[in-house]
Amino acid sequence: MCPTITKSHAKDETMEEYWREPLDAAKHKSPTGIVNLIKDRCKSCEFCIEFCPHGILELSDEFNAKGYHPPRVVDGGSCIACRLCELICPEFAIYITETNHDHD
Amino acid sequence: MIHSEVHPMDSLIRKDRMPHIWCSGCGLGTNFTCYLEALKKSGIPLDKCVIVSGIGCAGRAPGYTNIDSYHTTHGRAIPFATGLKLANPELSVTIFSGDGDLFAIGGNHFIHAARRNIDINIICINNFNYGMTGGQFGSTTPLGSKTTTSPYGNYEHPFNLVYVAAASGAVYVARWTTIHVRRLASSIEEALLKKGFTFIEIISPCPTNFGRRNKLGEGLDELKYYRNHSIIKHFIDPKEADLTLNGEIIVGKFVDIDKPTFLDNQPDLSQKQDNKVTKT
Repeated sequence: MCPTITKSHAKDETMEEYWREPLDAAKHKSPTGIVNLIKDRCKSCEFCIEFCPHGILELSDEFNAKGYHPPRVVDGGSCIACRLCELICPEFAIYITETNHDHD
Repeated sequence: MIHSEVHPMDSLIRKDRMPHIWCSGCGLGTNFTCYLEALKKSGIPLDKCVIVSGIGCAGRAPGYTNIDSYHTTHGRAIPFATGLKLANPELSVTIFSGDGDLFAIGGNHFIHAARRNIDINIICINNFNYGMTGGQFGSTTPLGSKTTTSPYGNYEHPFNLVYVAAASGAVYVARWTTIHVRRLASSIEEALLKKGFTFIEIISPCPTNFGRRNKLGEGLDELKYYRNHSIIKHFIDPKEADLTLNGEIIVGKFVDIDKPTFLDNQPDLSQKQDNKVTKT
């Protein structure tokens, strides 16, 4: 279940065309997750940054061993453990560990 | 955010071979991850799974998979996989290869394996050109697109891969793009568990060659294009799912039927041979 995206979380305004608030959103609690990153595998293709449905990732200023900029979590960003970044990452560099299992 | 050194997929990949050779922005890594996710979810014992490929960028995938894997000569992934399946019918054989390998040099093998309905799964990564050798045009390059060998625009009609597969007799035909990660992973899982010749085409960005010469932008821009221009139409006639350079991409599952496989139809000759041996 996907909670409503507030403006502050949405990366751009067109995001809202893709998501609507589910009718039974109040009954469900979203899981939360922690972003784990293997920094030196990243090639900064930015897939995870662009397609994170909550827009919680951004490009960092630091360099990894290969000279790319790995992503970092934006201040106050909350992961809902959808694991899209884990599936879309071409480099096996990012994954999510869930912190609560209240859903379902 | 935690910095880590181990990924949950690490048991399925050969860690010592990482980082892989695929360019930043290439869709192959994502497609490969979707395949591994499907493999994990399908529940097929890993020692019964085999991955085969031909030559090309996509052909590198078996070298990165920590299961039995075979990297064969150019275009010959299907004959090799056919041999594997017939010699040991217990195996779940998957071919992970590119459009140039499967449809240009290996085109004849493809149509005949589909006609015979050999129980193998084909995942074809279509990036519309020969990416590894420098971006030449091939059998899937859309009309009018520029490549190193067609600087004024390609004037050959391309194959519609899903139509070829359906017409040749595949029992499962689907097309997805790199952005459809969840649908792609569940489609691959479905194909792995299905009996017969299954075919999944994945439209994938090639920012280094095809994307650059046709001004499609980085891999990320191509994924955004797929997100905005893909239309899911399940079970339409694959004939209508033609691809053009800057047109809509029709994705979905086009064929899902059941029919006896090559091994199902093979008569049991062992009895006859035994009689012959005892008589002589």
